[in-house]
Amino acid sequence: MSIASILFAALFYLAAITLAGGLAYRIADYARTPAPLKIPTTPAPTTTGGVVFRMAREVFLFESLFKSNLWIWLFSILFHFGLALVLLRHLRYFTEPVWSWVVLLQPFGTYAAFPMVIGLAGLWARRFLVERIRYISTPSDHLMLALLLAIGLSGLSMKWLVHTDVVALKTFFLGLMRFDVEPLPASGLLYLHLGLVATLMLIFPFSKLLHAPGVFFSPSRNQVDNPREKRHLAPWAAEMEK
Amino acid sequence: MAAEITAPAYRVIPIVPALKPDAMEGVKPFVASEKIQDALGFPGTLPDDWHERAIAKMGELLKKYRSLKVYLDACVHCGACTDKCHYFIGTQDPKNMPVARQDLLRSVYRRYFTLPGKLFPKLVGARDLTKEVLDEWYSYYHQCSECRRCSVFCPYGIDTAEITMAARDILDAVGYGQKYSNEIIGKVHTIGNNLGLPGPALENTMEGLEEDVKEDTGIDVRFPIDVQGAEVLLITPSADFFAEPHIDSLIGYAKVFHAAGVSWTLSSMSSEAANFGLFIGNYEQMRKVALRIRQAALDLGVKRIIVGECGHAWRVAYSFWNTLAGIGAGADDPYALMLQKQLDQRHKQPTHICEYTWDLIQRDALKFDKTKNDHLVITFHDSCNVARASRMGDEPGGQFDIPRNIIRAVANNFVDMDENTIREKTFCCGGGGGLLTDDLLDLRVKGALPRMEALQAVVDSHGVNYLAAICAICKTQFSKTLPYYGFNMRMIGGVHQLVSNAIILENKQ
Ligand code: SF4
Ligand code: SF4
Repeated sequence: MSIASILFAALFYLAAITLAGGLAYRIADYARTPAPLKIPTTPAPTTTGGVVFRMAREVFLFESLFKSNLWIWLFSILFHFGLALVLLRHLRYFTEPVWSWVVLLQPFGTYAAFPMVIGLAGLWARRFLVERIRYISTPSDHLMLALLLAIGLSGLSMKWLVHTDVVALKTFFLGLMRFDVEPLPASGLLYLHLGLVATLMLIFPFSKLLHAPGVFFSPSRNQVDNPREKRHLAPWAAEMEK
Repeated sequence: MAAEITAPAYRVIPIVPALKPDAMEGVKPFVASEKIQDALGFPGTLPDDWHERAIAKMGELLKKYRSLKVYLDACVHCGACTDKCHYFIGTQDPKNMPVARQDLLRSVYRRYFTLPGKLFPKLVGARDLTKEVLDEWYSYYHQCSECRRCSVFCPYGIDTAEITMAARDILDAVGYGQKYSNEIIGKVHTIGNNLGLPGPALENTMEGLEEDVKEDTGIDVRFPIDVQGAEVLLITPSADFFAEPHIDSLIGYAKVFHAAGVSWTLSSMSSEAANFGLFIGNYEQMRKVALRIRQAALDLGVKRIIVGECGHAWRVAYSFWNTLAGIGAGADDPYALMLQKQLDQRHKQPTHICEYTWDLIQRDALKFDKTKNDHLVITFHDSCNVARASRMGDEPGGQFDIPRNIIRAVANNFVDMDENTIREKTFCCGGGGGLLTDDLLDLRVKGALPRMEALQAVVDSHGVNYLAAICAICKTQFSKTLPYYGFNMRMIGGVHQLVSNAIILENKQ
């Protein structure tokens, strides 16, 4: 067993625990914090079903962004949907036998890395080219894009340039899922790719990547517009009436 | 501040302007005096331990408001909101871009409340809270009218207004309040309205109005006050009692009530729809102001509460009264039920005056001579709080359609402005959110730019000569800023002013 295998096994356990634990904590924290006032951005749906539909449009179509800025919308859609397909495709390394719908996705998932990388490059270019966005960008905004782009490019290189032993790789990950460390193929590019992914998982719960769970908790989007029909009262506000 | 205030030039094509860093640096409204602060229970001046107090207050708000917490975490700096704020468009100061405005607070939040900000402040744009930062907050959080335009365009619905309110609440908690808003809230607590108009003065004004309308129309239209057992309690911004053009809409409401044959009343104890507690982001103050209305409704035993033309007041009434004071429906606690049982629940509580008038029009209960408005070519300015923070009628978007429907029912010439400047995308008048004070006039003139551009376009293409609005702040702001852009200040008026022009009245017993 190589040292690298053991190190990466440890790293991925740590990353998985941090990601799951960190996100669970954040989500619990958001859920626990009351929204004392009705503040949906109107016009807003007047029923729960309507709110689900509104949220779905935000999450799957980026509706507000579409209204706002077509360039950002385009690059974001390319990136996020590319990433989603790529992630789903990667399920093949964690399932045996591979789920049939993952098999079906395989050809799309393989090419989805291209729009993903193009989207990221577009978003990053805007941080340099558009004065307003250059002004608001912090070093971490750049680093985050660099990280994602490096993950995409290293993955693409392994697919198209320097092949990795994916069978052995799969054995490694299936092993991890049984709490069993199998040998990881020795490949610099693979180490890089995996190291970056683990980094991303580690920083996720502490960074602006919290927009992923955050969008579901945004009161301006997830509230039903019915303040006249139903009294809405936060526990701390109810105290004042005692 | 420039010695002479002038309007910025129209953009040739409405493109996004180039940045002018620090163009509005140091622009700020007068700070509240100790006396004003005391009256609201805020510290009078900056205490020695202001730093600890400010951080503690931020921590408290983060626990109380999910909006604040989620919005501070979720922003990805995508930049979609950067060109959406009228104050940015008018001033070109990058700190008036919504996300940059949020970052003034977010940077401090990161430093004291998040791990990366504690460990690597530079990397994530975190910074210490210093007196300079506090001054910057005071300046730029008073260059936001809390209009929510940015929240429409943000992929996560991040509402800079929520951040501004939190910042102002923190500022008040360390004795750094704004004179204009806090002085007004004090007047409401002691006298019952923003203007500090006492009951007898109000009665005089109402009697005067009865005489004026009698002279004008020959009809005995009543302006009742403190009438026990009236059906309707009218809560309207106090500017309606004396300011131009506001008063003409008050006359409009009275004529509608007259034509409908309904008994109504004002309350001298609670003669204000405006609630500046919203502007300073303070729940307790906002609640205290709203409680006067609850009290008036209980005291007078009314069945129905109707709210006059006022933007943020309608937001508070529609969205918050039920929460703050149990004025609405659907409660199961004894506190709220006390009033909710008294109110006639066949009607929406509260009702906007436009909902009321439109309902009568639909039932053919009002008669109009539309030609009385033929000298006018009318356009409608959606007020931000009505447009993006409330509703009228049963359908989402009723807040856009109902006022326009009324205008079309009482006048022949109506035209809308550019679709990117109306309805949910409407531009603020430039004077909302507690900024309607002369010490911010320069900002107000600049902030009006996008609305003035859109207005100019319909003036040129259709000869528009009447800008209708249903907000007391919009009316005052436009009266003041229209001339800077070469328009007649009398172009601005209310929707019920048009109703008043056209309505056909009969004498009632
Ligand atoms: S709420 Fe309105 S004034 Fe404030 S930042 Fe957003 S767009 Fe600008
Ligand atoms: S649109 Fe929303 S997420 Fe994007 S920069 Fe503005 S506030 Fe942040």
